[in-house]
Amino acid sequence: MILAILVWMAFKIITDDDYDLAWTRIWPGLRITIEATAEIFAIALVIGLVFGMGQLSRNVVSRNVARTYVEFVRGIPILPLMFTLALVIVPQATNALNGRLDAWFGWEFKLSFQWRAVVTVALIYGAYMAEVFRGGIQSIPPGQVEAGRSLGLSRRQTMNSVVLPQAMRAMIPPLGNNFIAILKDTSLLSVLGVLEITQRARQFSASSFKFREGYFVSVFIYLVLVMALSLLLSVLERRMTRDLKGGR
Amino acid sequence: MISVRGLSKTFDRTIHAVRDLDLDVAEGEVVVIVGPSGSGKSTVLRCINLLEIPTEGTVVVDGADLTDPSTDIDKIRAEVGMVFQQFNLFPHLTVCQNITLAQRKVRGRSRQEAEEMAMAQLTRVGIPEKAEAYPRQLSGGQQQRVAIARSLAMEPKVMLFDEPTSALDPEMVKEVLDVMLELAAEGMTMVVVTHEMGFAKAAGDRLVFMDEGEIVETGMPDEVFSNPRHQRTRDFFDKILY
Repeated sequence: MILAILVWMAFKIITDDDYDLAWTRIWPGLRITIEATAEIFAIALVIGLVFGMGQLSRNVVSRNVARTYVEFVRGIPILPLMFTLALVIVPQATNALNGRLDAWFGWEFKLSFQWRAVVTVALIYGAYMAEVFRGGIQSIPPGQVEAGRSLGLSRRQTMNSVVLPQAMRAMIPPLGNNFIAILKDTSLLSVLGVLEITQRARQFSASSFKFREGYFVSVFIYLVLVMALSLLLSVLERRMTRDLKGGR
Repeated sequence: MISVRGLSKTFDRTIHAVRDLDLDVAEGEVVVIVGPSGSGKSTVLRCINLLEIPTEGTVVVDGADLTDPSTDIDKIRAEVGMVFQQFNLFPHLTVCQNITLAQRKVRGRSRQEAEEMAMAQLTRVGIPEKAEAYPRQLSGGQQQRVAIARSLAMEPKVMLFDEPTSALDPEMVKEVLDVMLELAAEGMTMVVVTHEMGFAKAAGDRLVFMDEGEIVETGMPDEVFSNPRHQRTRDFFDKILY
Protein backbone atom coordinates (compact mmCIF):
# COMPACT_ATOMS: atom_id res chain seq x y z
CA MET A 1 0.00 0.00 0.00
CA ILE A 2 2.67 2.48 1.07
CA LEU A 3 4.81 1.22 -1.77
CA ALA A 4 1.96 1.90 -4.20
CA ILE A 5 1.67 5.48 -2.97
CA LEU A 6 5.41 5.98 -3.29
CA VAL A 7 5.45 4.58 -6.81
CA TRP A 8 2.52 6.82 -7.75
CA MET A 9 4.33 9.85 -6.31
CA ALA A 10 7.53 9.02 -8.15
CA PHE A 11 5.52 8.58 -11.34
CA LYS A 12 3.86 11.97 -10.80
CA ILE A 13 7.17 13.71 -10.23
CA ILE A 14 8.57 12.28 -13.43
CA THR A 15 5.57 12.93 -15.65
CA ASP A 16 3.75 15.94 -14.19
CA ASP A 17 5.38 19.34 -14.75
CA ASP A 18 3.95 20.91 -11.59
CA TYR A 19 5.26 18.09 -9.43
CA ASP A 20 8.55 18.19 -11.25
CA LEU A 21 8.87 21.89 -10.47
CA ALA A 22 8.02 21.31 -6.81
CA TRP A 23 10.61 18.56 -6.66
CA THR A 24 13.39 20.69 -8.11
CA ARG A 25 12.58 23.48 -5.66
CA ILE A 26 12.28 21.30 -2.57
CA TRP A 27 14.79 18.48 -2.76
CA PRO A 28 17.89 20.74 -2.33
CA GLY A 29 16.62 21.09 1.26
CA LEU A 30 17.47 17.44 1.77
CA ARG A 31 21.11 18.27 2.43
CA ILE A 32 20.22 20.58 5.34
CA THR A 33 17.69 18.10 6.68
CA ILE A 34 20.29 15.33 6.75
CA GLU A 35 23.02 17.59 8.13
CA ALA A 36 20.76 18.82 10.89
CA THR A 37 19.69 15.27 11.74
CA ALA A 38 23.30 14.15 12.09
CA GLU A 39 24.26 17.21 14.15
CA ILE A 40 21.29 16.88 16.46
CA PHE A 41 21.86 13.15 16.92
CA ALA A 42 25.55 13.61 17.70
CA ILE A 43 24.98 16.41 20.23
CA ALA A 44 22.04 14.59 21.83
CA LEU A 45 24.13 11.43 22.11
CA VAL A 46 26.80 13.26 24.09
CA ILE A 47 24.22 15.00 26.29
CA GLY A 48 22.44 11.69 26.79
CA LEU A 49 25.60 9.85 27.75
CA VAL A 50 26.64 12.51 30.25
CA PHE A 51 23.24 12.90 31.89
CA GLY A 52 22.37 9.20 31.63
CA MET A 53 25.53 8.24 33.50
CA GLY A 54 24.99 11.23 35.79
CA GLN A 55 21.66 9.82 36.90
CA LEU A 56 23.38 6.59 37.93
CA SER A 57 26.31 8.30 39.61
CA ARG A 58 27.16 7.72 43.26
CA ASN A 59 27.61 11.47 43.65
CA VAL A 60 24.44 13.09 45.02
CA VAL A 61 25.04 16.41 43.26
CA SER A 62 25.56 15.02 39.76
CA ARG A 63 22.64 12.65 40.27
CA ASN A 64 20.30 15.52 41.14
CA VAL A 65 21.59 17.79 38.39
CA ALA A 66 21.06 15.07 35.81
CA ARG A 67 17.64 14.16 37.18
CA THR A 68 16.53 17.80 37.20
CA TYR A 69 17.71 18.38 33.65
CA VAL A 70 15.85 15.35 32.31
CA GLU A 71 12.63 16.16 34.15
CA PHE A 72 12.77 19.84 33.24
CA VAL A 73 13.44 19.38 29.53
CA ARG A 74 10.97 16.54 29.13
CA GLY A 75 8.28 18.82 30.48
CA ILE A 76 8.65 21.45 27.74
CA PRO A 77 7.32 21.14 24.17
CA ILE A 78 9.93 21.71 21.48
CA LEU A 79 8.48 24.82 19.84
CA PRO A 80 8.19 27.07 22.91
CA LEU A 81 11.70 26.05 23.94
CA MET A 82 12.98 26.81 20.45
CA PHE A 83 11.44 30.30 20.46
CA THR A 84 12.74 30.99 23.94
CA LEU A 85 16.25 29.90 23.11
CA ALA A 86 16.45 31.48 19.67
CA LEU A 87 14.61 34.74 20.35
CA VAL A 88 15.27 35.39 24.04
CA ILE A 89 18.20 33.54 25.54
CA VAL A 90 20.68 33.67 22.67
CA PRO A 91 20.12 37.38 21.81
CA GLN A 92 20.34 38.39 25.47
CA ALA A 93 23.45 36.31 26.03
CA THR A 94 24.92 37.82 22.91
CA ASN A 95 24.20 41.33 24.15
CA ALA A 96 25.56 40.65 27.58
CA LEU A 97 28.72 38.91 26.41
CA ASN A 98 29.82 40.45 23.20
CA GLY A 99 31.07 43.81 24.48
CA ARG A 100 33.48 42.03 26.76
CA LEU A 101 34.37 39.18 24.44
CA ASP A 102 35.21 41.69 21.72
CA ALA A 103 37.39 43.73 24.07
CA TRP A 104 39.19 40.71 25.51
CA PHE A 105 39.54 38.35 22.59
CA GLY A 106 38.55 40.42 19.56
CA TRP A 107 35.94 37.80 18.86
CA GLU A 108 32.16 37.90 18.99
CA PHE A 109 29.73 35.22 19.93
CA LYS A 110 27.36 34.52 17.05
CA LEU A 111 24.95 31.68 16.53
CA SER A 112 22.98 31.29 13.30
CA PHE A 113 19.29 30.55 13.50
CA GLN A 114 20.00 27.11 12.09
CA TRP A 115 22.37 26.33 14.97
CA ARG A 116 19.96 27.75 17.54
CA ALA A 117 17.28 25.43 16.23
CA VAL A 118 19.65 22.47 16.10
CA VAL A 119 20.77 23.05 19.68
CA THR A 120 17.18 23.29 20.89
CA VAL A 121 16.16 19.98 19.37
CA ALA A 122 19.42 18.40 20.60
CA LEU A 123 18.72 19.58 24.15
CA ILE A 124 15.31 17.92 24.05
CA TYR A 125 16.51 14.67 22.52
CA GLY A 126 19.50 14.67 24.87
CA ALA A 127 17.05 14.26 27.73
CA TYR A 128 15.28 11.40 25.95
CA MET A 129 18.59 9.72 25.26
CA ALA A 130 19.69 10.15 28.85
CA GLU A 131 16.70 7.97 29.69
CA VAL A 132 17.71 5.46 27.03
CA PHE A 133 21.23 5.21 28.46
CA ARG A 134 19.96 4.93 32.00
CA GLY A 135 17.41 2.29 31.06
CA GLY A 136 19.95 0.33 29.04
CA ILE A 137 22.43 0.20 31.88
CA GLN A 138 19.78 -0.57 34.47
CA SER A 139 18.42 -3.41 32.36
CA ILE A 140 21.59 -5.37 33.13
CA PRO A 141 20.96 -7.61 36.16
CA PRO A 142 22.93 -6.63 39.30
CA GLY A 143 24.43 -10.14 39.38
CA GLN A 144 26.56 -9.17 36.38
CA VAL A 145 28.17 -6.35 38.30
CA GLU A 146 28.61 -8.57 41.36
CA ALA A 147 30.27 -11.26 39.27
CA GLY A 148 32.65 -8.71 37.74
CA ARG A 149 33.50 -7.10 41.06
CA SER A 150 33.96 -10.42 42.83
CA LEU A 151 36.61 -11.33 40.25
CA GLY A 152 38.53 -8.23 41.28
CA LEU A 153 37.53 -5.93 38.42
CA SER A 154 37.19 -2.29 39.44
CA ARG A 155 33.95 -0.34 39.05
CA ARG A 156 35.19 1.20 35.83
CA GLN A 157 36.45 -2.09 34.40
CA THR A 158 33.16 -3.78 35.24
CA MET A 159 31.24 -0.94 33.58
CA ASN A 160 33.39 -1.02 30.43
CA SER A 161 33.86 -4.75 29.94
CA VAL A 162 30.70 -6.23 31.40
CA VAL A 163 27.82 -3.75 31.64
CA LEU A 164 28.23 -1.39 28.68
CA PRO A 165 28.73 -4.04 25.96
CA GLN A 166 25.49 -5.68 27.05
CA ALA A 167 23.67 -2.38 27.54
CA MET A 168 24.67 -1.21 24.04
CA ARG A 169 22.72 -4.06 22.51
CA ALA A 170 19.67 -3.14 24.54
CA MET A 171 20.00 0.50 23.54
CA ILE A 172 20.24 0.12 19.78
CA PRO A 173 16.50 -0.14 19.04
CA PRO A 174 15.51 2.92 21.13
CA LEU A 175 18.47 4.95 19.81
CA GLY A 176 17.40 4.05 16.29
CA ASN A 177 13.85 5.16 17.01
CA ASN A 178 15.17 8.44 18.36
CA PHE A 179 17.22 8.93 15.21
CA ILE A 180 14.13 8.56 13.07
CA ALA A 181 12.15 10.87 15.35
CA ILE A 182 14.92 13.48 15.08
CA LEU A 183 14.85 13.25 11.30
CA LYS A 184 11.15 14.00 11.32
CA ASP A 185 11.48 16.77 13.90
CA THR A 186 14.01 18.63 11.76
CA SER A 187 10.87 19.88 10.04
CA LEU A 188 10.44 22.11 13.12
CA LEU A 189 13.55 24.00 12.03
CA SER A 190 11.34 25.60 9.40
CA VAL A 191 9.74 27.90 11.98
CA LEU A 192 13.08 29.68 12.29
CA GLY A 193 13.39 29.94 8.53
CA VAL A 194 15.98 27.21 8.07
CA LEU A 195 15.83 26.13 4.45
CA GLU A 196 15.28 22.44 4.95
CA ILE A 197 12.62 20.38 3.20
CA THR A 198 9.56 21.68 5.01
CA GLN A 199 10.55 25.33 4.76
CA ARG A 200 11.21 24.93 1.04
CA ALA A 201 7.84 23.25 0.62
CA ARG A 202 6.19 26.16 2.44
CA GLN A 203 7.93 28.73 0.30
CA PHE A 204 7.20 26.93 -2.92
CA SER A 205 3.54 26.44 -2.06
CA ALA A 206 2.99 29.96 -0.83
CA SER A 207 4.57 31.60 -3.85
CA SER A 208 3.05 29.37 -6.53
CA PHE A 209 -0.26 28.46 -4.83
CA LYS A 210 0.51 24.83 -5.69
CA PHE A 211 -0.04 23.57 -2.13
CA ARG A 212 -0.89 20.02 -3.11
CA GLU A 213 2.24 19.55 -5.19
CA GLY A 214 4.51 21.24 -2.66
CA TYR A 215 3.41 19.34 0.41
CA PHE A 216 2.94 16.00 -1.35
CA VAL A 217 6.52 16.13 -2.52
CA SER A 218 7.89 17.00 0.94
CA VAL A 219 5.90 14.18 2.54
CA PHE A 220 7.18 11.84 -0.17
CA ILE A 221 10.79 12.71 0.65
CA TYR A 222 10.31 12.16 4.41
CA LEU A 223 8.57 8.83 3.82
CA VAL A 224 11.34 7.50 1.61
CA LEU A 225 13.99 8.59 4.12
CA VAL A 226 12.24 7.07 7.12
CA MET A 227 11.51 3.79 5.38
CA ALA A 228 15.10 3.44 4.23
CA LEU A 229 16.30 4.16 7.75
CA SER A 230 13.95 1.65 9.37
CA LEU A 231 15.16 -1.00 7.00
CA LEU A 232 18.78 -0.20 7.79
CA LEU A 233 18.06 -0.29 11.51
CA SER A 234 16.38 -3.66 11.49
CA VAL A 235 19.39 -5.12 9.67
CA LEU A 236 21.73 -3.56 12.22
CA GLU A 237 19.63 -4.82 15.11
CA ARG A 238 19.63 -8.35 13.79
CA ARG A 239 23.37 -8.26 13.34
CA MET A 240 24.03 -6.90 16.84
CA THR A 241 21.88 -9.46 18.61
CA ARG A 242 23.01 -12.46 16.60
CA ASP A 243 26.00 -13.45 18.75
CA LEU A 244 23.91 -13.00 21.88
CA LYS A 245 21.41 -15.54 20.65
CA GLY A 246 24.38 -17.81 20.03
CA GLY A 247 23.40 -19.40 16.73
CA ARG A 248 21.61 -22.22 18.43
CA MET B 1 42.42 -17.33 56.64
CA ILE B 2 39.08 -15.68 57.34
CA SER B 3 38.22 -14.07 60.62
CA VAL B 4 34.83 -12.47 61.17
CA ARG B 5 34.26 -10.57 64.42
CA GLY B 6 31.04 -9.04 65.69
CA LEU B 7 29.53 -8.89 62.23
CA SER B 8 26.10 -7.26 61.96
CA LYS B 9 24.22 -6.35 58.83
CA THR B 10 21.02 -4.35 58.92
CA PHE B 11 18.90 -3.58 55.87
CA ASP B 12 16.76 -0.43 55.85
CA ARG B 13 17.64 0.08 59.54
CA THR B 14 14.98 -2.38 60.65
CA ILE B 15 15.77 -5.77 59.16
CA HIS B 16 18.56 -7.47 61.05
CA ALA B 17 19.95 -10.01 58.60
CA VAL B 18 23.02 -10.83 60.68
CA ARG B 19 23.54 -10.11 64.38
CA ASP B 20 26.90 -9.94 66.14
CA LEU B 21 28.38 -12.98 64.42
CA ASP B 22 31.85 -14.50 64.87
CA LEU B 23 33.30 -16.99 62.42
CA ASP B 24 36.81 -18.26 61.76
CA VAL B 25 37.90 -20.33 58.82
CA ALA B 26 41.37 -21.89 58.83
CA GLU B 27 43.48 -22.43 55.75
CA GLY B 28 42.35 -25.53 53.87
CA GLU B 29 39.16 -25.82 55.88
CA VAL B 30 35.75 -26.45 54.31
CA VAL B 31 32.97 -24.76 56.26
CA VAL B 32 29.39 -25.47 55.28
CA ILE B 33 26.70 -23.02 56.36
CA VAL B 34 23.12 -24.29 56.50
CA GLY B 35 19.89 -22.86 57.84
CA PRO B 36 16.38 -21.85 56.85
CA SER B 37 15.92 -19.18 54.18
CA GLY B 38 16.22 -15.70 55.56
CA SER B 39 18.61 -16.84 58.27
CA GLY B 40 21.39 -14.59 56.97
CA LYS B 41 23.72 -17.25 55.53
CA SER B 42 24.08 -15.60 52.14
CA THR B 43 24.55 -12.21 53.75
CA VAL B 44 27.48 -13.52 55.80
CA LEU B 45 29.05 -14.91 52.65
CA ARG B 46 28.52 -11.67 50.74
CA CYS B 47 30.10 -9.69 53.58
CA ILE B 48 33.26 -11.79 53.26
CA ASN B 49 34.04 -10.17 49.90
CA LEU B 50 32.22 -6.95 50.66
CA LEU B 51 29.40 -7.37 48.14
CA GLU B 52 27.45 -6.30 51.21
CA ILE B 53 28.97 -3.68 53.44
CA PRO B 54 28.80 -4.74 57.09
CA THR B 55 26.85 -2.41 59.36
CA GLU B 56 29.14 -3.35 62.24
CA GLY B 57 32.09 -5.62 62.94
CA THR B 58 35.28 -6.54 61.15
CA VAL B 59 36.07 -9.01 58.39
CA VAL B 60 39.70 -10.02 58.01
CA VAL B 61 40.71 -12.09 54.99
CA ASP B 62 44.29 -13.28 54.65
CA GLY B 63 45.49 -10.64 57.08
CA ALA B 64 43.71 -7.70 55.43
CA ASP B 65 40.87 -5.93 57.21
CA LEU B 66 38.14 -5.42 54.60
CA THR B 67 36.19 -2.98 56.73
CA ASP B 68 39.19 -0.64 56.89
CA PRO B 69 38.52 2.07 54.27
CA SER B 70 42.21 2.14 53.26
CA THR B 71 42.15 -1.50 52.14
CA ASP B 72 42.21 -1.99 48.37
CA ILE B 73 39.09 -4.08 48.11
CA ASP B 74 39.59 -4.98 44.45
CA LYS B 75 42.87 -6.64 45.36
CA ILE B 76 41.24 -8.78 48.07
CA ARG B 77 38.35 -9.74 45.83
CA ALA B 78 40.81 -11.10 43.27
CA GLU B 79 41.99 -13.52 45.98
CA VAL B 80 38.48 -14.56 46.98
CA GLY B 81 36.52 -16.52 44.37
CA MET B 82 32.74 -16.37 44.46
CA VAL B 83 30.24 -18.71 42.85
CA PHE B 84 26.65 -17.50 42.64
CA GLN B 85 23.32 -19.29 42.66
CA GLN B 86 22.46 -17.73 39.28
CA PHE B 87 25.92 -18.43 37.74
CA ASN B 88 26.21 -14.82 36.51
CA LEU B 89 28.28 -15.69 33.48
CA PHE B 90 28.78 -12.81 31.05
CA PRO B 91 26.32 -13.60 28.22
CA HIS B 92 28.06 -11.47 25.59
CA LEU B 93 31.35 -13.36 25.93
CA THR B 94 32.32 -16.91 25.04
CA VAL B 95 33.19 -19.36 27.79
CA CYS B 96 36.88 -18.79 27.14
CA GLN B 97 36.49 -14.98 27.19
CA ASN B 98 34.49 -15.25 30.41
CA ILE B 99 37.43 -16.98 32.03
CA THR B 100 40.20 -14.82 30.57
CA LEU B 101 38.64 -11.36 31.16
CA ALA B 102 39.62 -10.86 34.79
CA GLN B 103 42.90 -12.74 34.41
CA ARG B 104 44.02 -10.22 31.83
CA LYS B 105 42.54 -7.07 33.38
CA VAL B 106 43.32 -7.81 37.01
CA ARG B 107 46.24 -10.24 36.95
CA GLY B 108 47.76 -8.64 33.86
CA ARG B 109 48.35 -11.95 32.14
CA SER B 110 48.98 -12.13 28.41
CA ARG B 111 46.28 -13.47 26.16
CA GLN B 112 48.15 -16.72 25.68
CA GLU B 113 48.81 -17.27 29.39
CA ALA B 114 45.19 -16.52 30.20
CA GLU B 115 43.89 -18.89 27.55
CA GLU B 116 46.16 -21.69 28.70
CA MET B 117 44.92 -21.19 32.25
CA ALA B 118 41.33 -21.14 30.99
CA MET B 119 41.78 -24.44 29.19
CA ALA B 120 43.45 -25.97 32.24
CA GLN B 121 40.52 -24.95 34.46
CA LEU B 122 37.93 -26.05 31.90
CA THR B 123 39.63 -29.44 31.74
CA ARG B 124 39.52 -29.60 35.52
CA VAL B 125 35.75 -29.03 35.55
CA GLY B 126 35.34 -31.48 32.68
CA ILE B 127 34.18 -29.33 29.73
CA PRO B 128 37.23 -28.23 27.73
CA GLU B 129 35.27 -28.73 24.51
CA LYS B 130 32.93 -25.83 25.37
CA ALA B 131 35.58 -23.10 25.31
CA GLU B 132 34.20 -21.37 22.23
CA ALA B 133 30.51 -21.75 23.16
CA TYR B 134 28.37 -18.92 24.53
CA PRO B 135 26.82 -19.35 27.98
CA ARG B 136 23.30 -19.67 26.53
CA GLN B 137 24.31 -22.76 24.64
CA LEU B 138 25.20 -24.59 27.85
CA SER B 139 23.08 -26.44 30.39
CA GLY B 140 22.75 -25.05 33.91
CA GLY B 141 25.25 -27.52 35.29
CA GLN B 142 27.77 -26.68 32.60
CA GLN B 143 27.28 -22.96 33.19
CA GLN B 144 27.93 -23.35 36.88
CA ARG B 145 31.08 -25.36 36.18
CA VAL B 146 32.27 -22.57 33.88
CA ALA B 147 31.58 -20.10 36.71
CA ILE B 148 33.72 -22.21 39.03
CA ALA B 149 36.47 -22.40 36.40
CA ARG B 150 36.27 -18.61 35.98
CA SER B 151 36.91 -18.11 39.69
CA LEU B 152 39.63 -20.77 39.89
CA ALA B 153 41.53 -19.21 36.99
CA MET B 154 42.28 -16.27 39.30
CA GLU B 155 44.03 -18.76 41.62
CA PRO B 156 42.13 -17.54 44.66
CA LYS B 157 43.08 -18.35 48.23
CA VAL B 158 39.46 -18.81 49.28
CA MET B 159 36.35 -19.92 47.39
CA LEU B 160 32.88 -18.83 48.44
CA PHE B 161 29.83 -20.72 47.17
CA ASP B 162 26.39 -19.12 47.51
CA GLU B 163 23.87 -21.94 47.02
CA PRO B 164 25.66 -23.13 43.88
CA THR B 165 23.22 -25.94 43.11
CA SER B 166 19.91 -24.33 44.09
CA ALA B 167 19.07 -23.08 40.59
CA LEU B 168 19.95 -26.36 38.89
CA ASP B 169 17.75 -29.15 37.61
CA PRO B 170 18.15 -32.18 39.89
CA GLU B 171 20.10 -34.25 37.38
CA MET B 172 22.76 -31.57 37.13
CA VAL B 173 23.42 -31.12 40.82
CA LYS B 174 25.90 -33.98 41.00
CA GLU B 175 28.24 -32.77 38.27
CA VAL B 176 28.69 -29.50 40.13
CA LEU B 177 29.06 -31.12 43.55
CA ASP B 178 31.68 -33.51 42.14
CA VAL B 179 33.80 -30.55 41.06
CA MET B 180 33.40 -29.00 44.51
CA LEU B 181 34.29 -32.26 46.26
CA GLU B 182 37.44 -32.54 44.22
CA LEU B 183 38.34 -28.96 45.05
CA ALA B 184 37.86 -29.65 48.75
CA ALA B 185 40.04 -32.73 48.51
CA GLU B 186 42.80 -30.65 46.95
CA GLY B 187 42.85 -28.53 50.09
CA MET B 188 41.09 -25.37 48.90
CA THR B 189 39.73 -23.15 51.66
CA MET B 190 35.98 -23.06 51.08
CA VAL B 191 32.88 -21.51 52.61
CA VAL B 192 29.75 -23.09 51.19
CA VAL B 193 26.15 -22.05 51.73
CA THR B 194 24.01 -24.96 50.58
CA HIS B 195 21.01 -27.16 51.18
CA GLU B 196 22.93 -30.25 50.02
CA MET B 197 23.40 -32.17 53.26
CA GLY B 198 25.14 -34.96 51.35
CA PHE B 199 27.87 -32.54 50.33
CA ALA B 200 28.16 -31.23 53.89
CA LYS B 201 28.71 -34.77 55.15
CA ALA B 202 31.17 -35.75 52.44
CA ALA B 203 33.33 -32.65 52.25
CA GLY B 204 32.58 -30.44 55.24
CA ASP B 205 35.18 -30.11 57.99
CA ARG B 206 32.72 -28.07 60.00
CA LEU B 207 29.01 -27.41 59.79
CA VAL B 208 27.52 -24.11 60.88
CA PHE B 209 23.79 -23.90 61.51
CA MET B 210 22.36 -20.39 61.33
CA ASP B 211 18.93 -19.07 62.23
CA GLU B 212 17.66 -15.49 62.50
CA GLY B 213 21.05 -13.98 61.81
CA GLU B 214 22.91 -15.95 64.47
CA ILE B 215 25.04 -19.06 64.62
CA VAL B 216 22.96 -21.50 66.63
CA GLU B 217 25.25 -24.46 66.50
CA THR B 218 28.54 -25.50 64.98
CA GLY B 219 30.41 -28.80 64.89
CA MET B 220 31.46 -31.81 62.82
CA PRO B 221 28.79 -32.38 60.17
CA ASP B 222 28.06 -35.98 61.23
CA GLU B 223 27.68 -34.97 64.84
CA VAL B 224 25.37 -32.07 64.17
CA PHE B 225 23.20 -34.19 61.90
CA SER B 226 22.89 -37.17 64.19
CA ASN B 227 22.91 -35.40 67.50
CA PRO B 228 21.91 -31.74 67.35
CA ARG B 229 22.15 -30.02 70.71
CA HIS B 230 19.66 -27.23 70.11
CA GLN B 231 15.94 -27.46 69.58
CA ARG B 232 16.06 -25.07 66.61
CA THR B 233 18.65 -27.21 64.85
CA ARG B 234 16.61 -30.34 65.52
CA ASP B 235 13.44 -28.71 64.14
CA PHE B 236 15.27 -27.69 60.99
CA PHE B 237 16.69 -31.12 60.27
CA ASP B 238 13.35 -32.74 61.07
CA LYS B 239 11.82 -30.63 58.35
CA ILE B 240 14.39 -31.22 55.63
CA LEU B 241 15.67 -34.77 56.23
CA TYR B 242 13.53 -37.79 55.57
